[in-house]
Amino acid sequence: MNYEERLQNVTVLGAAGKMGSGILLLTAVEMADISLKPENQTKTYVLNAMDVSHEGLAGLLKYLKVQIQKIAEKKTVLLRKMYADRNDLIENKDIIDQYVFDVINIVRPITKLEATYESNIIFEAVSENKDLKVKLLSQIDSNNPNNPWYFTNTSSVPINVVEKEAGLEGRILGFHFYNPPAIQKLVELIVTDKTKKEVVEFAKTYAKNLRKIIVPSNDFAGFIGNGHFMRDALHAITEAEALAKDIPFVEAVYMVNKVAQEYLVRPMGIFQLIDYVGIDVVQFIMKVMNPFVKDEELHSSLLDKMIELGVKGGQKSDGSQKDGFMKYEKGQPVAIFDPDKKEYIPISEFKNKCEKKLGPIPDSKISWKSIIRRPDKEILLEDFFKTLKTMQTFGAGLAVKYGKRSNEIGKKLVADNVANNENDVNTVMLTGFFHAYGPVNTFFD
Amino acid sequence: MKKLRKKVYMTAGYNTISLGTGRREFHPKKPRPGIEHYIKEAGQGTLKQIGGAKNVDEGAIGNFMAPRFNRQGNLPGFIPMIDDELQWKPCTSTEGACGSGALALMSGIKSVLAETADVVLTVGVEVQNTMKAVYVADVLAGAGWYQKRKNGHAYFFPGQFSDRAGAYYEKYGMEYTRKGFCRWFVNAIENARLCPTAQEYENKVADLEALYNKIKPNGKAFVDNLTVFDCSKVSDAASAIAIVSEEGLKRIGIPKEEAVEIVGWGQVERNVTFDPPDLTELTTIKKAAKEAIESANITIHDLATIETHDCFSIAGILATEAFGFAEPGKGAQFVADGNTDRDGIIPMNTTGGLIGWGHPTGGTGVHQAVTIWEQLTDKAGKAQIKIPKDRPYGMTVNMGGDDVTVVAIVYKRG
Repeated sequence: MNYEERLQNVTVLGAAGKMGSGILLLTAVEMADISLKPENQTKTYVLNAMDVSHEGLAGLLKYLKVQIQKIAEKKTVLLRKMYADRNDLIENKDIIDQYVFDVINIVRPITKLEATYESNIIFEAVSENKDLKVKLLSQIDSNNPNNPWYFTNTSSVPINVVEKEAGLEGRILGFHFYNPPAIQKLVELIVTDKTKKEVVEFAKTYAKNLRKIIVPSNDFAGFIGNGHFMRDALHAITEAEALAKDIPFVEAVYMVNKVAQEYLVRPMGIFQLIDYVGIDVVQFIMKVMNPFVKDEELHSSLLDKMIELGVKGGQKSDGSQKDGFMKYEKGQPVAIFDPDKKEYIPISEFKNKCEKKLGPIPDSKISWKSIIRRPDKEILLEDFFKTLKTMQTFGAGLAVKYGKRSNEIGKKLVADNVANNENDVNTVMLTGFFHAYGPVNTFFD
Repeated sequence: MKKLRKKVYMTAGYNTISLGTGRREFHPKKPRPGIEHYIKEAGQGTLKQIGGAKNVDEGAIGNFMAPRFNRQGNLPGFIPMIDDELQWKPCTSTEGACGSGALALMSGIKSVLAETADVVLTVGVEVQNTMKAVYVADVLAGAGWYQKRKNGHAYFFPGQFSDRAGAYYEKYGMEYTRKGFCRWFVNAIENARLCPTAQEYENKVADLEALYNKIKPNGKAFVDNLTVFDCSKVSDAASAIAIVSEEGLKRIGIPKEEAVEIVGWGQVERNVTFDPPDLTELTTIKKAAKEAIESANITIHDLATIETHDCFSIAGILATEAFGFAEPGKGAQFVADGNTDRDGIIPMNTTGGLIGWGHPTGGTGVHQAVTIWEQLTDKAGKAQIKIPKDRPYGMTVNMGGDDVTVVAIVYKRG
């Protein structure tokens, strides 16, 4: 079975979820482009969008329509060539509408597993629950005569554990997209000792066709991306908790968040990132990873406390941010949660006080947004951090400590053999987290 | 053309801003004013200068594709909306693709010559930002022959002019040609920065030449031989001007010095179902400009400035050859040498043209007339160029489709 034949029947498990919907979109487009080749026009292509939520699947189809249209509008030049023999399609609009239909026409929304028994490829993007993953994959595998291949999007569970417990010897690999899959360029590819060569070859071709950058990660819980993010988040939480001994908790969170974003020139502050991913998801990933890491404790009682109070973060189905550590208006943080008072305190009440305590940043013209696309960003950052190191302010002190810790985490991922080299660690942070520079650098030495 | 039976003037021009990418007010996701807003603003802008609507005998409006961009036909009905006193007066609309504006001017000129009107309020309008560029391309493709659409480029008109640029590259060299394009682009932006209504008025890029040269044509993403900097804008705008007889000038109380006299024109049509006879020549523009100059009884060297239809940089270059300023193949050099700069031998598009000021397709012809009126009557503000005493003439050249519907008009300081 070649690449195109294998893609004739595919399933995405958890298709209505944040990651699943993105994977489904990209796969549907790839399958449609294959189906539209003249030699494939008599074949049928099926992409099962499997999810337990009818509501979620209805939302998925709306999402697909909007996204496919955007994709089609960007590649209209190519689409006109693909539909050159369709004399009924004259204008760009005719062609774009037809393409949206042709992509959606491949998708079969389903809520029962039976349809997956005919698939050749199963993308798994259900919740980060190892037992659930094992249960679903082993049930499909014992009923599916095609010996399907399994691509799991887990960001934390070791692949070999799922492989063994579900009895999938050699037919599974970790194919970890970053959120949102349609935009982030990175895919972490994780193989086990047993993963067959042809499965890896397929994964590479598929990633290339989706224009993704592959970074290989070794099969350790959390892999490279969460290996860095979870420890980075714990550093921030520890710093904030330490500060909160002398100042109100909300001020501590505000300052650490601001340092991570503005002093470290990142796309968002660390507590905002935790909210974006979801406090519950972060807590869960730590829980999954913790048994597999030896010399450290990946756990935060602060996160437990937030969850107990029902403060979870994450996103609404329309993509807007739910309230977590921070409360958001139009995507911008406006207040911070005080777990003792159990209420959000407006940032405007303590902003000036905190900023006075932190002191200025080295160069107000340098922000993540202003430099991310600049070819000379390395030089700009070098100057920025050079100045930062000489500053005696409270904010600069927190930032340098933070930068050093991030560097340490990056190096540890290589030392622990999670990543093959420092470059891979940096690529993950640059392309999966959209950082402006990799954690392994000399800026904070 | 026969000698004009009476004198015709234009005066009291008005432009709205050209709204679209580049303007600070423009946000693709926010609601914007509709087509009626632009017609009203431009129309009232002219009425205020001519003593009000009571002085107007007739209205003419040029527009290309409101039925598709705005789901609106029957545009003459919007002229009485400009002012209650226009109710029940005769109104006409004209359509000739991007040459619609100049057709409205011709309609006004002919009414005055026919002595059925002494004052014609003429408006040109297009509101195009109602859809994304990829769909705008569908609508504008209507300026070509519909039978050619299926095999045309996704970006149909950029595709047509990309073919012209490609033919010119092949004949005379790509690098050489693009030097001329680059200068054309730089001039367009620099001139637009002097005109507050221009779409590129707020363009602050320091090194425009470097910006232009940063992107190379890429047929996979756009067209083979042009980049976005070679193209005019997608714009929402309207312009208005009064076309009047000598009696009309008296009625509206405007002295001749504040008007321009129409001293000649060339109106030429090419069969839209035919391909252009020569991709490296704007044949229709050549004929129209020649007729206009001859009917005005002057030479091109008597012109102080020209507003030409640079929907694409290649159209600007080819126009310099069509007018006779440069031999075939030398237009790129002529422009690259600075001859069309605002202080060059023949300043062209002194408020930015279609690339810098903007291109509200059906309104452009009227906008060109307003610019020439401003320049010849010393009303161009910061964009004012020097008009030599012995060269009191200007010319507009408005083109619909790929060199299909063309009107060239010669103006003289009144």
